[in-house]
Amino acid sequence: MCAACSRARRTENGQLTAFFQYLLRLADDRLVLGHRTSEWCGHGPILEEDIALANIALDLIGQANLLYQRAAAVDTAGRDADALAFLRDAREYRNALIVELPRGDFGFTIVRQFLFSTFALHQWEALAASKDVDLAGIAAKAAKESRYHVRHSAEWVARLGDGTDESHARAQDALDDLWRYTGELFLTDDLEQGLVRDGLAVDSAALAGAWRHDVEDVIARATLRLPGETYMQRGGRTGLHTEHLGHMLAEMQVLPRSFPGAKW
Amino acid sequence: MSGALRAWDILASVKDPEVPVLSVVELGIVRDVEVDGDAVTVVVTPTYSGCPAMQVIEDDIVAALRGAGFTGARVRTVFTPAWTTDWIPDAAREKLRAYGIAPPGHSGVHAPVQIRRATRVRCPFCGSDDTSPRSEFGSTACKALHFCNACTQPFEEFKAI
Repeated sequence: MCAACSRARRTENGQLTAFFQYLLRLADDRLVLGHRTSEWCGHGPILEEDIALANIALDLIGQANLLYQRAAAVDTAGRDADALAFLRDAREYRNALIVELPRGDFGFTIVRQFLFSTFALHQWEALAASKDVDLAGIAAKAAKESRYHVRHSAEWVARLGDGTDESHARAQDALDDLWRYTGELFLTDDLEQGLVRDGLAVDSAALAGAWRHDVEDVIARATLRLPGETYMQRGGRTGLHTEHLGHMLAEMQVLPRSFPGAKW
Repeated sequence: MSGALRAWDILASVKDPEVPVLSVVELGIVRDVEVDGDAVTVVVTPTYSGCPAMQVIEDDIVAALRGAGFTGARVRTVFTPAWTTDWIPDAAREKLRAYGIAPPGHSGVHAPVQIRRATRVRCPFCGSDDTSPRSEFGSTACKALHFCNACTQPFEEFKAI
């Protein structure tokens, strides 16, 4: 369906609820990063890492699936979890830009996993107190998984940063390139604040302090340099993405769009 | 025997497809069994969000119960409280060890994330504590990889979560 038709249908069905939009933000972050991480399957630098990244991708896509199921239950357009994942275009995705960037080299992938997982752990731990019991349950479970993701990536950041000149340089490049995408994770808006007041969501801005504390600690151990203040990219939460997301979705969605309702 | 007891008995024979020495009851994922005539609802909580074995486990539970006459058997999924390996009883942990998988320690989910593990995992083959972690992730989401320096064997650990 073209974007204009999709917009028309959405207007017909009335305003999508704020909570639905919020669940999409959470789910899209995980699905897109999960897909990016899955691209390493069969290409990891060593067998253990190939397996580790595939397992982390599985956790992230599993978390996304649970969130899409919750979102589907409040979708005024009546879509199911598969339709939300496979039949929305890039402009309808609400993930932060950091998760859609191409996987880069192993250093880039690891530094991104570390920056995002550290954010995700604090976000999940706070969401475990959501007044939406389903979201709280998903969060409590996912927080446990995120602890392993943080430990895995933090160990690697320390190893790469405090490793050879080559691994140090690549980890530093990754950190410098990714830093400008971290600000968006902590942006809040009226939609989120309304849900925070209702006890459903967490204030993203309030997570920044704890995240920064954890990140600085590991960056220092890794003998890496924290990037200075810089312009922070944004746009993903309102559907304005980099050129990379459309290409990724084309690959991810081609089968269910070419063969609607296919089963295997 | 009451319907519920009979259903629990049948569930004790349904094995985890990835770790076939443990039943779904020993794994701690069966939270409740509600019986109403030949209709049984098994309340299950998933292990990991993305564990691909969960669908197989649900199908196996329904097939086992239907095969035993509970024609209306179904599975209902709950997320709260979140599954923890602390629910695996001691006898089942010994089964894991005998099968060659180091059983999980205490989950300690509220402690801060440690970059390096403080404790070594005991080798399930020779019992040595002289082991090294290799990876937080093994052949399935629920296992980690280690190496025993004493008997020079790689082994898996059922991760505490």
